[in-house]
Amino acid sequence: MKHLIDILDLSAEEIDELIAVANDIMENPQYYQEKCRYKKLATLFFEPSTRTRLSFEAAMLELGGSVLGFSEAASSSAAKGESVSDTIAVVGGYADIIAMRHPKEGAPLVAAMKSSVPIINAGDGGHNHPTQTLTDLLTIKREKGYFDGLTIGFCGDLKFGRTVHSLIAAMSRYANIRYVLISPEELKVPSYVKADHIKSKHIPYTQTTSIDSVIEELDVLYMTRVQRERFFNEEDYLRLKDSYILTLDKLKNAKEDLCILHPLPRVNEIATAVDDDPRACYFKQARYGKYIRMALILKMLEVC
Amino acid sequence: MKIDSITNGIVIDHITAGKAMQIYHMLNLDALDCSVALLRNVPSEKMGKKDIIKIDEEIDINLDVLGYINPNITVDIIKNGVVAEKKHLALPKELHNILKCKNPRCITTTEQDIQHIFRLSPSAGVYRCIYCDTKAAD
Ligand SMILES: [Zn+2]
Repeated sequence: MKHLIDILDLSAEEIDELIAVANDIMENPQYYQEKCRYKKLATLFFEPSTRTRLSFEAAMLELGGSVLGFSEAASSSAAKGESVSDTIAVVGGYADIIAMRHPKEGAPLVAAMKSSVPIINAGDGGHNHPTQTLTDLLTIKREKGYFDGLTIGFCGDLKFGRTVHSLIAAMSRYANIRYVLISPEELKVPSYVKADHIKSKHIPYTQTTSIDSVIEELDVLYMTRVQRERFFNEEDYLRLKDSYILTLDKLKNAKEDLCILHPLPRVNEIATAVDDDPRACYFKQARYGKYIRMALILKMLEVC
Repeated sequence: MKIDSITNGIVIDHITAGKAMQIYHMLNLDALDCSVALLRNVPSEKMGKKDIIKIDEEIDINLDVLGYINPNITVDIIKNGVVAEKKHLALPKELHNILKCKNPRCITTTEQDIQHIFRLSPSAGVYRCIYCDTKAAD
């Protein structure tokens, strides 16, 4: 694997391998602590995302490597109008691997076309964010133990939620998956996502506007935020927003071993009272993000 | 130029009626010095009406443009007044620098010296920008 731009750049086998390495890192961290000695990760964040950047940097530091980079475009040459290609041509001389976040869709692909060192897409606008999807997959694997046969509910903004689309693309490669798509009419999964990743693979799915009627069927519940700015008028937003907030009451009929995920940051779509429920996995999920990034860096630097 | 008889040149035939102007621009035929005839709404048994373009010189044309617009278009190369070669068209797998992405959030709108590439997505038969996955607009 040279670059990671889109989650589908990885085969299901490669993802299994990364998950196995991440699990091994959690069990034997000392074995990995010098693996990237003398290696440098550049984090090029043309738009700020402290959470993702720190996750990458912590991952590299725990592998014994070092990090350099910038955390917003204003402090980089991009502010002076330098192209992505030129920035990469220069930074490629300083680093062994690059994690890049950029507000423009496709910028990491442009970087990959120019780069002599591996590029990891750390988010390109509303387009792709493959390491979030890897994090989601590791969490599901650790919490459920398997992928095959899971019924996965997605709830909230399924139209603009890129993490939803990528996770659907990745999960659709496993056997006997079923999807339950819970969203307001206005924020349904786009038809091209359904055509490419659900219908073409004959995966059964149901679409509904109400979480209450389906909660008992779910093995995994992936929550996303319903944002005010996605609605044409305030009335619709106010009418709908509370139906997509997860509360302990809504969880009454859910399975004992349901796994609740959220890409974070959360605003109010999961009541804080749910945090103490053993089914809430979203804080663990954030922690797992570092380990899957460690596994990814090892694999891309071929030091694993 | 007698538009019925070209001695050496190219005849682009079976163009969907109304599409000739788009092809004229996309192939940059306005930059040619030779005669170019653009026939619109020509009666056709098969198509009802069709457009035809005749170019009075043998130039290199980008067949991907024609394949993208409609793979049923025919291209005849005329030499010494007879059809010397028929080019076969297909839906191209990739379009290089033929279309521009319309998504304002796409990196192609700001990055200099970038190749504009669209790839045919096999399931839906549509072209998508390789950078942002936005569908090509007609
Ligand atoms: Zn684009």
